[in-house]
Amino acid sequence: MSDGANGSAEIALRVENLSKNFGGVKAVGDVSVTVPKGLIYAIIGPNGAGKTTLLNMISGFYAPDQGSIHLGNEDITRLNPANRATKGIARTFQNIALFNGLTVLDNLMMGRHVHMKAGVLASFLYWGKAQREEVEHRRRVEEIIDFLKLSDLRREPTGALAYGLRKRVELGRALAVEPSLLLLDEPMAGMNQEEKEDMVRYVLDVNGEFGTTIVLIEHDMGVIMDISDRIAVLDQGSKIADGTPDEVRNNPQVIEAYLGSGH
Amino acid sequence: MDGETQFLIELVTNGMLTGMMYALVAVGFVLIYKSTDAINFAQGEFCMIAAIFIASFVFLYGFPLWLSIIVVLVLMILFNVALERVVLRPMIGRPVVAIIMATIGLALMFRGLGPLLFGAETRPINLPIPDLPIIWGPLFMSPIDVLGAAISVIFLAGFGWFFLKSRIGVAMRAVADSHQVSMAMGINVERYFVIAWVLAGVVALLGGIVWGNAIGVDTQLAALGLKVFPVVILGGLDSIIGVVVGGIIVGVVEALAAGYLDPYVGGGTKDFTPYVLMILVLMVRPYGIFGKPIIERI
Repeated sequence: MSDGANGSAEIALRVENLSKNFGGVKAVGDVSVTVPKGLIYAIIGPNGAGKTTLLNMISGFYAPDQGSIHLGNEDITRLNPANRATKGIARTFQNIALFNGLTVLDNLMMGRHVHMKAGVLASFLYWGKAQREEVEHRRRVEEIIDFLKLSDLRREPTGALAYGLRKRVELGRALAVEPSLLLLDEPMAGMNQEEKEDMVRYVLDVNGEFGTTIVLIEHDMGVIMDISDRIAVLDQGSKIADGTPDEVRNNPQVIEAYLGSGH
Repeated sequence: MDGETQFLIELVTNGMLTGMMYALVAVGFVLIYKSTDAINFAQGEFCMIAAIFIASFVFLYGFPLWLSIIVVLVLMILFNVALERVVLRPMIGRPVVAIIMATIGLALMFRGLGPLLFGAETRPINLPIPDLPIIWGPLFMSPIDVLGAAISVIFLAGFGWFFLKSRIGVAMRAVADSHQVSMAMGINVERYFVIAWVLAGVVALLGGIVWGNAIGVDTQLAALGLKVFPVVILGGLDSIIGVVVGGIIVGVVEALAAGYLDPYVGGGTKDFTPYVLMILVLMVRPYGIFGKPIIERI
């Protein structure tokens, strides 16, 4: 790296002093998180700790009351969700949010939307160009379909799929965005052991093969400790710890937050 | 074939042709509902105002019909883009009823605007077609209805393909499915609202031409909006196939009522039978025949 002295080039996401209140209730208070590029970064904490609120501020669905969000070196605090997607942020939702009327293939193609250059009028008029673009996008989507082993399901409407598969399709749609930063809100929630193992493998593969920085919220401690490079712990809207899995595991504040005082 | 069967066949055919023309107006509701979740109560007035402008340009200013249609098409597109920008976009995120009220206001405005600009008399739109009825085997059809139905079929098939296959159409369905998730995918939701309103304007223009050609152009055309409401409800607000089927059902029911019930009660049954049917269907399937049942997960 030519400008290696200045480490900022290696930062994927920098969240500074972020706060969000809902009608006087503090959801997130003064949270700062720095996510280095290429890492799997977990955000954990008891229910109501503010994890999803934090994720929603990063993806642009909530406007923070205070603080700033940088993607790489760019301040994205004021961008809307659609513009953040164009900048390379993709996400999945806690309660699967697929386009249920659309097929698996069309859902994934929607993930390609940010890369579609031919404008609305152009796609009406210049069929040739729009067509060529379509073929290219379709090729990328097929790669993802192969990667996630969804080949047999590409024509199925997503509404009809089993829960674990829907989670996988949602991951696929986020991958189709080709994000530099992938936000996963409880990717393994409600899954059985086998589905969890599949999902863990996909998350690791995405991180390993494409170098995608991943920020995930998850409740399964076993999974978190296994796959995360770093972990931040939230409790009642504040960050109480961050560090490697081992550091976090042995942090007395974290133990107290999870087990309650008196233990 | 006896006269009775002949009569029935005639009623059904003409009912179906009229039904297709209803479907063309009804699809305007579907376009808006599919992408914005709102119901445009001004859809009938959109048809009316387009037809009034076309007929008036021809009769007051001597435009050729084709030129008049192109000018009004451009006007409709510009108007709908402006409408979306100025009136509807600020309402995104507000309760749907606010958008509905805005469209009702728009409807009333149009009803006043047409006569104000061009006077209230009835004018024809004369498409270049023969007056002689088309006789095909036992079928006996008016060329106006056949042309109207043909235009409907072509455009409805076009819209069907558009929503099912084209990139913009699929994106519009995605937007309708969830604004929030669409935004997370980088989809510019507002842009697809504009497209939906522009398409609704274009459909209204077609509906105005077809119906203006069939029954003449004045503010009465606006009643089409209410007239096709049973069509939309029967078919399901979000289904293009639904409006075709709903249109045909309503058209046929109307024709049968006019043919068989009117002689006993002195007329007028075709005006309310579609609504009776609508209420019956709503009791059994509240989301229409082809509509998506919305199941709330608890």
